[in-house]
Formats: sequence, structure tokens, C-alpha cells
Amino acid sequence: MMEAFNFGLAFLILALAVWTVVARDTFAAVVGFVAYGLLLTLVWVQLHGIDVALTEAALGSGLTGALLIGAAARLRKTESAARAERPGVPTRVAAALAAGCVTVALAVAVLALPDPAPSLAPETAANIAATGVGNPITAVLLAFRAMDTLLEAIVVLFAMIGVWSLAPDRAWGGRPGPLHRADPDGILAYLARVLPPIGLVVGLYIFWIGADLPGGKFQGATILAAMWLLVVMAGLADTPPIGSTRLRIALVAGPVVFIAIGAAGVTTAGAFLAYPDGLAKPLIKVIEWALLPSLALTLALILAGAPERGAK
Amino acid sequence: MSLADLFTIAAVSAGAVFFLAGTVGLLRFPDALTRLHALTKADNLGLGLVVLGFLPRVDSVLAGLKLVAIWLLALLAGAVVSQLIARAARRAEPPA
Repeated sequence: MMEAFNFGLAFLILALAVWTVVARDTFAAVVGFVAYGLLLTLVWVQLHGIDVALTEAALGSGLTGALLIGAAARLRKTESAARAERPGVPTRVAAALAAGCVTVALAVAVLALPDPAPSLAPETAANIAATGVGNPITAVLLAFRAMDTLLEAIVVLFAMIGVWSLAPDRAWGGRPGPLHRADPDGILAYLARVLPPIGLVVGLYIFWIGADLPGGKFQGATILAAMWLLVVMAGLADTPPIGSTRLRIALVAGPVVFIAIGAAGVTTAGAFLAYPDGLAKPLIKVIEWALLPSLALTLALILAGAPERGAK
Repeated sequence: MSLADLFTIAAVSAGAVFFLAGTVGLLRFPDALTRLHALTKADNLGLGLVVLGFLPRVDSVLAGLKLVAIWLLALLAGAVVSQLIARAARRAEPPA
């Protein structure tokens, strides 16, 4: 029974992937991509990768989907012109060949993997007690491979700076995104009042539970960011001007704390990002608590877009 | 097969019927408003019946409450989003 479900899921994902690639309409392709991400979430659940499933649903499908919908809306004006341009046959053949080669290379790489796949899971399980956290994913992300997580947090910040750099000169230092006006008694404003308390609890819960069960700061931060954006879109609050010093401090606080604790590890534990004995869990908690608000703010501001208006 | 199993099968099957009907409606109905009408039936009744069917199978009261909360959140989101889409659709093509 489960086999049939898995085969059906795999078939649906492949079909949706092909459809997303061949869809001519940008918006339709984006919708296909979001549905594809949600199906991928089910695959991760089937593989017992609940942490990855949560991340895929929140970031891969939700946040990226929202970003792509925004991009599709901006491209709408030029879409018919872009669609009228048809690349010549040589270009299309070259593109098909390049894509085909990548697919074949990927297939060869996947088929060449040793079976059973090399795994560090036993070592992780053997050493997890040293970190004091219960969720092996969190142990890997914040103790054994903390460098990757640090770089991820910084990459997200860089992505936001990339979005900001699209601002026209007159709007530099101003507020991101358009000024949203919605009926203050309308349904959107209603949702923006009812949902955020629930979303706040769910987001913090997913963050909190990440120490011992699937969850964590990235997934939690995405939910918090979504709640804040809902309030912004309903016109109940406005985005902060990006010139604000307080905002900039809040944005870099998480990575700075992470780097500071990592640097302290050089003297106290002998390596960058190493934790002294017995202090691993409290330090991991400090890093997580410092990263959560910074990440939520950064992710929300990536979605809010480039500054478009003056600070007033 | 216990009574709880029969109840689960009946409720989840009924939910699946609503999902199927909602999908058929989404594909077959002529305009945005009627398609939304079909879609919300799948979300509200379909998901509601599936959740109802799973309730006898949960291990704890908390897990059951979580299932019900998921349904209520889907109801809230469905109601709001369909209103917003309907408004956008009416604005796009005013009734003749």
C-alpha cells in the first residue's frame, strides 16, 4: 500500500516538475513550483527527514514561492514581449544538450553512489551526548557542522543586502516595498489580527522544540517572518526604513553573537566554533536565541523587497 | 475490524469524495466564483471529514486537538483567501 503511495508521489513530482519547466506562463510555473515543493515535503516525511520536510515547506516552498510570485507579478508587464521572442534553433538545441548533459551527469552520480551509502549517523549518535541537545539534526547543525550554519545565516543576510542594492538612489535608506492600504475592517485586516498570535506561538514552538525534536530557528523564523509580513500587507504596520541603526543592529546581532562565541572557542576550547566542555548546550541555546530574531527580520525583509519610498 | 475502524473508513472516504467533487468542480465550473465555491467545499468538508475520521486513531487528546487546530486554521485561511480571490476576480471582470 505504502509502495503504491510512494510510486504515485514520485510520478506526480516528476510530472509536476516537467510541467513547471514547460509552462509558458510565468505565474503558472510559479504555482507549479510551489505545489512541487509541497509534494517534496511529503517525500521528506516519507524518508523520515522531518526537519528537512519542515524546512522545505517553510523556506523551499513557502518563502521561495512568495518571492517568485512577487517576481512574476513584476515581470507581468514585459511577459508578452519576452514570450514573443523565440530563441533560434541552435540556441534551443544547445540548451537542450546542456540540460540533457546535466541530467545524465546527475543520474550517473546518483547511480554510482555506494550502497549502503556512507553515513556519519553512528558517529553523530555516539557523540550527541557531548552537545547536550536531543535532536541529532540540531547537534549536527550547531555543534559538529556549526560553520555551515554560520555561513548560511550570513548568506541570508547577503541575500537581503542584494535585494536592498536594487533600490533607486532616491529611496536609499527608505522603507522596503509599496505602501499597503487595505480596508481596516476588511477580511485581510481581520486575518492579520487573528492569525499572528497563533503564528507566533507556532513559530516559537517550532523554534523551541528544535533542541530535542524536529524544528529549529530557520523554520520558526520563516513563520514569524510570514506573520509580520501579513500584518504589513494588511496595512496595520509599515516596514522600517533600512537606514535605521536599530534595524541594522537587529539584523547583524545574530551572526555577530555566533561569530563572537565561535571566536571565543579559539581560546577556551582550542578551535573556532568549538564549545568548552559542559557549556555546549547553553552556548547553542544562546546562538539559537540570538539568530532567531535576526533571521526572522532578514527573511521578512528579503520578501518585502527593495526600498521604494522615502523614510517618512 | 472495530467500530472505530469502520468510522474512520467511512469518514475519510466521505472526505475523499468531497475532495474529488471539489477537484471536478474546479476543473469544470465556468467562472472564478463558482470554481472557488467548489474548492472551499473540498477544503472545509473534505478536510473536516478526514480529520474527523482520524480522531479515533490518535494516541493522545493533545494530538487530536492538534488535528482539529489544523482543520480550523485551514478553514480560516480558506475563507480569507477565497474572499480575497473573489474580490480580485470581480474587480478584474465586472459583471455584465
